[in-house]
Amino acid sequence: MKYIDEYRDGRLAKDIARQITALADPDRSYHFMEFCGGHTHAISRYGLEDLLPANVRMIHGPGCPVCVLPIGRIDAAISLAMRPEITLCTYGDLMRVPGSEGSSLLKAKAAGADIRMVYSTLDAIRIAEQEPQREVVFFAIGFETTTPPTAMAIKMAIARDLPNFSVFCNHVLTPAAIQNILESPDVRKLGTVKIDGFIGPAHVSTVIGTEPYEFFAEEFRKPVVVAGFEPLDVIQAILMLVKQVNDGRHEVENQYIRAVTIFGNEKAQAEVATYFELKESFEWRGLGQVPYSALRLRAQYARFDAEKRFDLETPAASDNPACECGAILRGVKRPADCKLFGTVCTPDTPMGSCMVSSEGACAAHWTYGRFREKAKEANAGRAVA
Amino acid sequence: MNMVLKAYRRKLDIRNGLVDLSHGAGGRAMGQLIEGIFHKAFDNDWLRAGNDQSAFQVPAGRMVMTTDGYVVSPLFFPGGNIGSLAVHGTINDVAMAGATPLYLSASFIIEEGFPLADLARIAETMGEASREAGVPIVTGDTKVVERGKADGVFISTAGVGVVPPGLDLRSDAARPGDAVIVSGSIGEHGVAVMSKRENLEFEVDIVSDTAALHGLTAAMVGAGGAHLRLMRDPTRGGLAATLNEIANQSKVGFRIDEDGIPMRPEVAAACEFLGLDPLNVANEGKLVAVVAPEGAEAILAAMRNHPLGRDAAIIGHAVSDEHCFVQMETSFGGGRIVDWLSGEQLPRIC
Repeated sequence: MKYIDEYRDGRLAKDIARQITALADPDRSYHFMEFCGGHTHAISRYGLEDLLPANVRMIHGPGCPVCVLPIGRIDAAISLAMRPEITLCTYGDLMRVPGSEGSSLLKAKAAGADIRMVYSTLDAIRIAEQEPQREVVFFAIGFETTTPPTAMAIKMAIARDLPNFSVFCNHVLTPAAIQNILESPDVRKLGTVKIDGFIGPAHVSTVIGTEPYEFFAEEFRKPVVVAGFEPLDVIQAILMLVKQVNDGRHEVENQYIRAVTIFGNEKAQAEVATYFELKESFEWRGLGQVPYSALRLRAQYARFDAEKRFDLETPAASDNPACECGAILRGVKRPADCKLFGTVCTPDTPMGSCMVSSEGACAAHWTYGRFREKAKEANAGRAVA
Repeated sequence: MNMVLKAYRRKLDIRNGLVDLSHGAGGRAMGQLIEGIFHKAFDNDWLRAGNDQSAFQVPAGRMVMTTDGYVVSPLFFPGGNIGSLAVHGTINDVAMAGATPLYLSASFIIEEGFPLADLARIAETMGEASREAGVPIVTGDTKVVERGKADGVFISTAGVGVVPPGLDLRSDAARPGDAVIVSGSIGEHGVAVMSKRENLEFEVDIVSDTAALHGLTAAMVGAGGAHLRLMRDPTRGGLAATLNEIANQSKVGFRIDEDGIPMRPEVAAACEFLGLDPLNVANEGKLVAVVAPEGAEAILAAMRNHPLGRDAAIIGHAVSDEHCFVQMETSFGGGRIVDWLSGEQLPRIC
């Protein structure tokens, strides 16, 4: 596959891994947080951990829009979908996310709600056009990458004068979340999470560019490497971070030069700015209320805002108290540290959001990497014996 | 003069007609539908006898019986339709036991309003597939349900066959050291069907691999039946589900090599585009065989001599593993688990 195979060259990866091993100072450890679930997925799926020296460790961050969506928002979507006049259009990822008391959109669909899985915002627009008697609501979710398509859908709805289309907006912002993690007591005061640098999500930066990361690279003195999602991208980013740490630098570097620029896609940004504005605060699962970390529709487009149009409330709902998703999303704990992991919580019976989304840290670890825990257990057992 | 007037019958309008509830009501219309479409397409002595069952001779050996339901959407896809799938899938389930498939049954649940032309096309494809395979459809059933209570057509098939004496393939027979062979490139059926799925249509030069594999399995049995531990067709859930099933039933693990798994670049590209793992994507004309190491090369050679096994490859080995993990060395040099699919494979947001 052109433009794919080039970034999956195992020989080149091993060469980069050798460089990392050679450069990593054996007297110190390196902790890098990959913010985005796409990177977590790539690391797990390609077994990148096996190529890294033991003192270079990856911490999985909160960058999965499904994982960070609080239960209350899922409950709100389900209650919306259960209204007889509503057709709720959603990306597939959200179908199995548990709401309160084991509910989910998949179960709501089985109970009669009109929920349609779509692959793009244009599908939702098409449904609204074809079924004018239905109120079609698009469950908008995602980081900066998926926001421009939502903006385009609103633009199309205006152009086509669609009276029956609206958006349940859950778009969140990456830089705000990274800043929140760096300002958290775990990282700043308690020092329980050591983070020496970040891998920034390339798809987000194709839209916003690398410039938004300059502030906290400087403020928090942490290097950031914006990287693509192919395994070679990720391992090259790790090498770039190791070099920065060794040099005492804290710069924003761009590994994904094939698509990312400093200022990003300004046309897409302008479209987003036309229809959306910053929300003062938004709840992230695991991070709590994060100021200015999400978007809402501007007042003049209120008729496309499903929350206003249908007087939608977000009910308060809390996670299972034993679930460690919050700590895992902040990098405080690893999936296997959670008592529920692999016992009652598996991808078939997810308790927390990190296990539901295929990009969640727990699902990635369970699906691709849990043999490592078993191997460690077996080795420990042999050592004791 | 005594003359019995023949009752007037309106001809079955296959080109423009629709299935209606009378076609399933047991009356004249149903007889006309069965005769005009199914008997015509499947034509054989057993059906012509007009019984509600068929009697046939069976050779010596152990009988194998299987049953399967087909609810594919869309009904027509590049390389086949629900009819060819029903015939091939059932033949393959029998063939995976190392058996010679002998006879099939077919039961249709048809939604009111379904075009007769589409039904005829499906039946003709089934007839062709069964004739080509030499496995006749000898009995069947037809039901019509109200509009909205089915999705066009559902087909249930059953198949019987006979395992030759001395051959006993069992799902718990894999042993550490055994070779794992796949008969060809994976994921083609799933990608072909998805490419025509409503709201997902994309242009891809891939047709379903749907095929009857009993000729291939016969060649494998002939080349090294004594070394064959088991065979399985990796349909729903794909290669990943099949290997996990075998691992759990045989209480072994598997180690496979990503680079060794045959896959067409178009399939890899389509899966990449949709965010799917090709190891979870369905196949309808491929098999997985677990073979004792001493028989692996001979069986592989026999497979490669057969048109449906040209691209057969050894992709890994069974290993001793109390956790029954299927592990894969990635093309990148790292290791990962190849797990069961959880729920439906859903495309990701980003």
